[in-house]
Amino acid sequence: MPKRVGMEVSIGASEAVRLANVDAIAAYPITPQTHIVEHLSEFVANGELDAEFIPVESEHSAMSVCCGTSAAGARTFTCTSSQGLALMSEIVFIASAMQLPIVMILANRSLSGPLSIWNDHTDVMLVRDCGWIQAFGENGQEIFDLTLCAFKIAEDHRVLLPFMVNMDGFILSHVIEPIEILDQETVDSFLPVYNPLYRLDPDNPVTMGAFAMPDLYTETKKAQDERLKASLPVIEEIWEEYGKLTGRTYHPVETYKAEGAKTLFVTMGSFGETASTAVDAMREDGEPVGLCKIRLWRPFPFQAFHEAVKGVETLIVIDRATSYGGPGGPVAAEIRSALYTLDTPPKVVDFIAGLAGRDVAPGDYKAMYHRAQEKIASGDIAGYEIYGVRD
Amino acid sequence: MEKLNVYAVRLLPKYEAIAPGHRACQGCAEVLAVRLVGKALGRNTVVACATGCMEIISSPLPTTSWRVPWIHVAFENAAAVASGVEAGLKVLMRKGRIPKKKINILAMGGDGGTADIGLQALSGALERGHNFTYVCYDNEAYMNTGIQRSSSTPFGAATTTSPAGKVKPGQVTWKKNMPEIAVAHNIPYVATACPSYPFDLMEKVKRAAETEGPAYVHVFSVCPTGWRLTPDLAVRAGRLAVETGIFPLYEVVEGKYKLSVEIPKLRPVEDYLKIQGRFRHLTPDLIDKIQERINKDYNKLLAKIRFSEEMS
Ligand SMILES: Cc1ncc(C[n+]2csc(CCOP(=O)(O)OP(=O)(O)O)c2C)c(N)n1
Ligand code: SF4
Ligand SMILES: [Mg+2]
Repeated sequence: MPKRVGMEVSIGASEAVRLANVDAIAAYPITPQTHIVEHLSEFVANGELDAEFIPVESEHSAMSVCCGTSAAGARTFTCTSSQGLALMSEIVFIASAMQLPIVMILANRSLSGPLSIWNDHTDVMLVRDCGWIQAFGENGQEIFDLTLCAFKIAEDHRVLLPFMVNMDGFILSHVIEPIEILDQETVDSFLPVYNPLYRLDPDNPVTMGAFAMPDLYTETKKAQDERLKASLPVIEEIWEEYGKLTGRTYHPVETYKAEGAKTLFVTMGSFGETASTAVDAMREDGEPVGLCKIRLWRPFPFQAFHEAVKGVETLIVIDRATSYGGPGGPVAAEIRSALYTLDTPPKVVDFIAGLAGRDVAPGDYKAMYHRAQEKIASGDIAGYEIYGVRD
Repeated sequence: MEKLNVYAVRLLPKYEAIAPGHRACQGCAEVLAVRLVGKALGRNTVVACATGCMEIISSPLPTTSWRVPWIHVAFENAAAVASGVEAGLKVLMRKGRIPKKKINILAMGGDGGTADIGLQALSGALERGHNFTYVCYDNEAYMNTGIQRSSSTPFGAATTTSPAGKVKPGQVTWKKNMPEIAVAHNIPYVATACPSYPFDLMEKVKRAAETEGPAYVHVFSVCPTGWRLTPDLAVRAGRLAVETGIFPLYEVVEGKYKLSVEIPKLRPVEDYLKIQGRFRHLTPDLIDKIQERINKDYNKLLAKIRFSEEMS
């Protein structure tokens, strides 16, 4: 029987990895990811998880070791944050090109400098185009569920791509929440043992990671792009299957009180929870607002997004990273581009907020809503505004 | 002598891990070494290869020269990838998902991929004690990218980033002692080798693979292209490196040093330098300076060997 217990979200995430019966874990500690590696090494030390725990000397080696374990045919997990992701990023891009179904939890933290251990999405945006499946969780339960599903999706032979579960640092990683932990039997029925399509086996030798000349490189990239795009229906199918098992079904784009809304806030990750509270309050005040949460960032769910924003006049995007000197935060830039083909696209107002753990409270959503009205009235909604800057 | 050669060829295993048709330059002793390593290890081997000449000459999509399972991920991480392969195979055997058998894990990289950019990953893998063999093919520069200097380039050698100019005599630093760095990790087996001594090389690689835990073999690999030397002199240059003492062949087993090829009297280093274009610009006083350094380093090595003998 599944039980709902109060626990730190990092422990919940580690429980998902344990229940997935991973074969290999390679990770290097960095705040706020540390609690996950600590719990996992404890599981291994206590014999609660039969896996190789490889305590590497850097994140670059963490991802490199993961490539090795995954290529050997082992179910592989790692986790990191910010500087760690930046350091391993070279190999992050290679892992997807090599079709290695590694699962990584990214405890989102801002990138230096200045150095900051607090939460935003500057780290994940650094690797936006790395070819991994990238999803965001909003609370502890979602992190647990998404992590379990991630293995099944990544290892599906129709997919064979690495999967990144984004978990906001501290806001999620260090809080205690009630999480329903599945029992082993249920997990085993959902997630079979990894059956690699290719592995490094002397009886069936394969060459992995050959180099491409200009005559073939483009073809490999096209194939990679097709593969990532084709993962979308599989992701939906597996999330559906998980929903039947647990009653919790995830979707690439989810809305809250969108019915009759003229304005939707657009968020990713844990901000969805505060935004819902803000929407509740503003609805009570009679404001026609709702919320659109992008759960799946790559492959970007264009169709689901179009449906979610149909008939809406304004989108207020909360970006949690900056594209210096660029067209706006990465989410808004993406959304503007996604809307370009629509005949009557909603207006997009972009706020960059919540950098490096700066609190964005329900009142701030209200303030951004009014600021957006002003901007629309003045006809100036181009670019972005960095919200809440102290004078 | 002729008969001895026939006999010698028969002693070599027929098995080739790397197929002919690769794109290495004529006279490349690095690929010769790779071939010998492949023969020594046999088919139950998985190779993790760093970016560099040996990767580029053997794996252009959609073809491959590799008959053993082979993986290339990046330049600086062959030791980390090999760590993963070793750990992955180990756990799968333990969990009964693949048959239990001895599989040799070989990580390989050039001097750049080993002594420079890959040093941290290698150090980590040696320290963690993975059961694998790391072979460094040392051709004393970054050859794949066009003969740039590395920390393994010897003093006085001209490369494209340590050119011999009006005020600088080529490389102005002394070669990093990579085998000694491996020894400092207290791993059970370290050796130097050279394909000009093929049986010695193969013996060492076999011993390395049989060693429980990490083993490191540093292979002196003559590169005619980068050293400005005619291809027919590649094997000869390797022998001269050993005979002059600039690259002595030795083993360090459980911390004990042992000379593999005794050289009663070192040949003058000039014999080795003068056949290579990369040293063409050296003046007699610079050659003396190199000779002095060799004498000193060689005596240091002999002292370690004597100390090892006294200890046992
Ligand atoms: C991170 C990174 N930096 C630089 C390079 C470019 N690069 C590729 S191979 C190479 C040199 C290889 O030298 P070495 O390891 O000595 O091998 P060799 O080609 O000489 O056998 C360099 C600099 C790279 N591929 N990756
Ligand atoms: S450049 Fe040197 S090491 Fe590279 S393939 Fe040619 S001879 Fe061999
Ligand atoms: Mg080299």
